[in-house]
Amino acid sequence: MEIHFEVNGKACQVETPPMKRLLDVLREDLRLTGTKEGCGEGECGSCSVILNGEVVNACLVPACQVEASTIITVEGLADGGRLSVVQQAFLEHGGAQCGICTPGMLLAATAFLEENAAPEREQIKAAIAGNLCRCTGYMKIIDAIAAAAGSRLERAD
Amino acid sequence: MYREDQFPQPLPPGESIVGTNVLRKEGQAKIMGQAQYVDDLTYPGMLYGKTIRSTIARGTITAIRFDPHFDWSAVVVADYRDIPGRNVVLLIEADQPLLVEREVQHHDEPILLLASRDRELLEEAARHIQISYQEKPAVLNMQQAIAAGESGDAGMIIRPPDNTIKKYCIERGDLAAGFRQAEVIVEGTYRTGLQEHVYIEPQGMIAIPGADGSLTLQGSLQCPYYVHKAIKTLFNLPDDKVIVIQTTTGGGFGGKEEYPNMIAGHAALLAWKSGKPVKLVYDRREDIAATTKRHAALVHHKTGVTRDGRLVAADIEVIMDGGAYATLSAVVLSRGAIHALGPYRCPNVRIRARVMATNTPPAGAFRGFGAPQTCFAYEMQMNRIAQTLGLSPLELRRKNLVRTGDLTATGQQLNLSVSAEQVLEAAVQRAQYETERAAAAKSSGSHQRLGIGLSLFYHGAGFTGSGEARLPTRAGVELLPEGKVRVLTSAIEMGQGTETVFCQLAAEALGIAYDDVVFAQPNTAQVPDSGPTVASRTCMIVGKALQDAARQMKSRLERFAADKWKAPQARIHNGELWIDHRSAISFAHLARQYFETEGELRVLHGYTLPPDIKWDDETYRGDAYPVFGWGAEVAKVEVDLDTFEIKVRKCVVAIDCGKALHPLLLEGQIEGGTLQAVGQATIEEVIMENGRVLNDRMTTCLIPTALDAPEMQVVLIENPYPFGPHGAKGIGELPMDGGAAAVAAAVWHATGVLPEEVPLTPEKLYAALAQAQSAAGEMRPGTAGG
Repeated sequence: MEIHFEVNGKACQVETPPMKRLLDVLREDLRLTGTKEGCGEGECGSCSVILNGEVVNACLVPACQVEASTIITVEGLADGGRLSVVQQAFLEHGGAQCGICTPGMLLAATAFLEENAAPEREQIKAAIAGNLCRCTGYMKIIDAIAAAAGSRLERAD
Repeated sequence: MYREDQFPQPLPPGESIVGTNVLRKEGQAKIMGQAQYVDDLTYPGMLYGKTIRSTIARGTITAIRFDPHFDWSAVVVADYRDIPGRNVVLLIEADQPLLVEREVQHHDEPILLLASRDRELLEEAARHIQISYQEKPAVLNMQQAIAAGESGDAGMIIRPPDNTIKKYCIERGDLAAGFRQAEVIVEGTYRTGLQEHVYIEPQGMIAIPGADGSLTLQGSLQCPYYVHKAIKTLFNLPDDKVIVIQTTTGGGFGGKEEYPNMIAGHAALLAWKSGKPVKLVYDRREDIAATTKRHAALVHHKTGVTRDGRLVAADIEVIMDGGAYATLSAVVLSRGAIHALGPYRCPNVRIRARVMATNTPPAGAFRGFGAPQTCFAYEMQMNRIAQTLGLSPLELRRKNLVRTGDLTATGQQLNLSVSAEQVLEAAVQRAQYETERAAAAKSSGSHQRLGIGLSLFYHGAGFTGSGEARLPTRAGVELLPEGKVRVLTSAIEMGQGTETVFCQLAAEALGIAYDDVVFAQPNTAQVPDSGPTVASRTCMIVGKALQDAARQMKSRLERFAADKWKAPQARIHNGELWIDHRSAISFAHLARQYFETEGELRVLHGYTLPPDIKWDDETYRGDAYPVFGWGAEVAKVEVDLDTFEIKVRKCVVAIDCGKALHPLLLEGQIEGGTLQAVGQATIEEVIMENGRVLNDRMTTCLIPTALDAPEMQVVLIENPYPFGPHGAKGIGELPMDGGAAAVAAAVWHATGVLPEEVPLTPEKLYAALAQAQSAAGEMRPGTAGG
């Protein structure tokens, strides 16, 4: 079937089997390989993308469900070469090590901060509980998200 | 070499690079989603590969049937007969085949390979292959392996003569005399389970056949030259016909030390046969089912102590389950055995260690490499001794910990950078151990018990014994025409920070800016063999060779400048060339001048072990490691007596790293290792049934989430090691070693029952508490732990 949707602000049109995973549509049809596959069953969150404002696991979403949707992937976070506040915070606070969970983690954090401007640490932990990281022990990721929240508040002032 | 005092006026202060938190070198690419992992790469005409694996633990293949009604024309099929060289995955021994010929030794052992343009067709093709076996009784665990070896049951001997892959005996002093001197003897048996790495990026490799008969491998791996050697053997190819390139690697933790040899061999064989590039990337189930795990271990301690708590004799037996093939088991066991006494003084020691063959997927390298298993055992034994003598666990450790000048079990005198006492006191102080323990005891409710526990541990940095002397480790730097310098090494980045720290070391040694140093993608056609990226050796060993190479390049460039500009002295400093204490030109300008007159500049340097290190492989005596990293951890847990779940609330970890080259990355690595150890202590379980991994999914093979992660505090101690770059020691594995023991000690404090096994899943904790309760009912009421 032919599906139409928007990815990172650009209109896309893809001819695909209806049950093809959104993850494969992004990675193969659109060559947006920043979205990663870690488990293929919605456990690890490496393939998290923002679909109509909500964080979803792209490995669990069939292509037919994204007709007329708006999707943000890691490639859509930076504004040109300028990193988003969350990306910058991850870079400065050691939020990325091997980097494989980073795209999903960034998207989960970005969507979360849209709804929670001044989160507590425990809220941050809950927000990224669906995104597994094996390198960092999560502390530096939580630090980065907390710092990003702080920067966003400063900007808003 | 120029000295500072040769300059009439001092140079301006040097810009510090080492010791600062510069931005991670490859961080931007990772954060933008631009870093290229193996599965992100694709080539024209590329096929996808698939592995057909055994469905039994042990037996003989009697027939392989390809459904004649299936259209096989679009599928490439390869078996062992297609291998041009030796059917062996070369590592320490040559016992493991790339593909089974007849005899299956473990579940999920590779038998056939398939490739096709169409991944769905591959799955369909796999369903049209039928493999028949004559099953044999399998040796499913180390107890069975030992029993068969002892009884001589020929049908259950899978590795002649007695199922032992390797054994060691380490002896020091007079054990019998030590036990005669002892006033109290304490015994205990401790177990640690299999552990899965769960790197978030599964194993993957792409093989590309060249028109000249060469093979190029690109993939997720820790040791480019291991893969290089394995492929040469499999395909009978000379050095220059095999090229191995590391792609951005999404975590390794030891899991991508040896297994990439196997998957590279498989991808290469399909590429060789089809003449096309082949991508082989595992899904999570295959990755968990087929790749290596941390060795399960059983450790028995018998310790003789004086009433006031001094260790006088230690008899330790270590048994590990190696699985069906030798892989790295001999060296995992060796490290486990050497560390088995713990960082404690004891004049009379015997450590007997053996690793057994079983019909299970081979165990292999995993961060800590045998030491976390024996560390759990020695720390639980120390707790048991404290309990028996009525001493506090802290007091017992203070009495026995090693200090400068003391000897280890192998007779190594600890002379450099010995910090057991400093890390212990630092962790205890930061965690307010005594106060918190008293508070925990008071605030425990009837259903929620709080507990505080500690552990003290050490980890030898670099290869064991003569390993570093045998290995020709080289690293280097190359001048680029635009005035940058490129680091050349086969030590890879997998999240731990190699690229960043190596660029810091080179920049500092050269006197140029961090931004002017770049890191060459590890490619065996372009970088020297720096040895594998393992054994906490990257920073301390390879980093040292790199630092020396960068210093040599600096001297060469300075000599060139002095000659060219007829100056008595020239010095590169803060990215500029200084002639007679005046800044003359930029480093980029100097580089261009050098290229114009002299051409390329590439400096490689070999690592040499510090002097006076002596090790005897025969007797297992001497300096097992050039130096040790030291760690202490205080863990706080909450045990739910209704659900028997353990919630780890807080971990304070004190680590002596020699020198923190990049404090932020270092803390991140320590925190990550600490959480892996929390997982090992609590929820990370690999369940085997008839030789097969039952929980081969992320839904069932759990690792900690952010909600499971305790708050962590890292205390860095810098007790410099004179032979490491800027005093740095390797500590990548260290935080993994002692974490499980600290958590288990906290559970002991919370419940009064000393754990003897990890992971402490709710089922196991319930069983341990129930057993203790029934024992106490028969004897006397239980008392809270030390």
